[in-house]
Amino acid sequence: MQKNGKRDSQNNKISSPMWLFLSFMTAMVLWYILSIIPATSRAFPNVIIVLENIKIMIDRGVLFKDIGSSLISVSAGYGLGFIIALPVAILMAWYRPIRNIIDPWIQFVRNIPPLAYVPLIVIAAGVGRKPQIIVITIATFLVMCVTIYQGVKNVDETLIKAARVLGAKDKDIFIRVIAPATLPFILTALRLGSSVALTTLIAAESTGAFAGLGMRIRSLNNSFESAPMLLYIILIGILGISIEKLIRFLESRLTSWQEKREI
Amino acid sequence: MAGETRNIRVKIDNVSKVFNSRNGDMVALQNVSLDIEDNEFVCVVGPSGCGKSTLLNIIAGLLAPTSGAVYCDGKEIKGTGTERGVVFQQYALFPWLTVKRNVMFALEMRGIKGKAAAKEAMSYLEMVDLEKFADHFPKELSGGMKQRVAIARAYAADPEVLLMDEPFGALDAQTRTQLQTELLNTWEKEKKTCFFITHDVEEAIILSQRVVIMSARPGRIKDIVEVDIPYPRTQETRMTPEFMERKNYIWAQVYQEYLEVRK
Repeated sequence: MQKNGKRDSQNNKISSPMWLFLSFMTAMVLWYILSIIPATSRAFPNVIIVLENIKIMIDRGVLFKDIGSSLISVSAGYGLGFIIALPVAILMAWYRPIRNIIDPWIQFVRNIPPLAYVPLIVIAAGVGRKPQIIVITIATFLVMCVTIYQGVKNVDETLIKAARVLGAKDKDIFIRVIAPATLPFILTALRLGSSVALTTLIAAESTGAFAGLGMRIRSLNNSFESAPMLLYIILIGILGISIEKLIRFLESRLTSWQEKREI
Repeated sequence: MAGETRNIRVKIDNVSKVFNSRNGDMVALQNVSLDIEDNEFVCVVGPSGCGKSTLLNIIAGLLAPTSGAVYCDGKEIKGTGTERGVVFQQYALFPWLTVKRNVMFALEMRGIKGKAAAKEAMSYLEMVDLEKFADHFPKELSGGMKQRVAIARAYAADPEVLLMDEPFGALDAQTRTQLQTELLNTWEKEKKTCFFITHDVEEAIILSQRVVIMSARPGRIKDIVEVDIPYPRTQETRMTPEFMERKNYIWAQVYQEYLEVRK
């Protein structure tokens, strides 16, 4: 006990930004090692070469186009996924027949990798932006719907009863009890959804996209250009962590009243 | 109490409640009749599973009786109503609202808004000695403090009848004694008809004018004990022979029911 406390207090001497820096530097060292080992050096060119590729990709006129295109697909798909997931989740939580019909579909489709059904979507919707958005919408809808449904279903029954005996009507209960009680789950759903949107990007952009981070990685793969590929992979990572940090910030502002924090 | 005729505030008329489940029907309440007078403090004791919470929920309008009816001021109860307030064992405070906003919720449901509601909420918080915690969130309060907020909120709804479902059941003995004294003080200052459920025989005697003893499975009224010990009652009241005598009598009855349940 005492020993642990002592160790903890020693660790506390290093501030969290410092830890982040140490973590980053360790990653850089590992990357450097990978770039000098002959077996891995082709796949992991060193950081300077990768940074040089920023300029190369800008000069080729694709970097900003790719980022822009992916952002459009991701935001549209993610946004649509959320807009559909929210009412469906609420209806599933409130009406048993709807839940009994839809829930098995969700559980079934959830386990299929999006890449598997991409060709069907292209056959149905053609190539271009549309299939990309559809793929991301489906994937984000599934995860967000399940999470929000859990949230609506887990609203403490006693709170609804308490509101009712205080004279709350159905509308009051929805706006003033169910909505705030579900908010933490909605934010968690948004966080999980953003992560799924990005992990589905490659699959979504394998639908004959003309630009995009995922599409570019596949096309660079054909020409064995590992340096710009690594750059693009890192860009997707940065994008993901930025969105996650933003939602975490919202969570800390909006749901600090919670007894337990969500993971 | 005896002699003069007083208004009947709540009339429980031959109420039965049957729950249907997969394992067959369960009779929770069987032919329960009880008249509660205006400003009377009635406690209900009985072993767990004797249907006392079911009875409270029926009076609150949160459950419908299978047969029989409950009347409040002569009108049959068909649902929840603001003339009947409820204090739940699990406090049921809205965790996303501050202490003051929780009390304001009750006022807003009565149509009191804005500054007037804020001001009135503070006076209810003063009543339970929690004005200093007005801007705290429920998670920052102890169990006893949470229940005091819940009582303030129930009072803020200005009901005629206060229904309390083992409100102090989850608290430690010391806090419970303290809250009993506070509740009595509040009740003597601002009389309400109180229907209080507990499994604690001493609590029932110290608070109420009548103790209703219920038998288990099916829940019926076994006996009603008048407690004509004058108010204000203090902790010393617990040492008086009148108190001890009733305690022994009620305990024997409840214990008998407890043995029945174990069979």
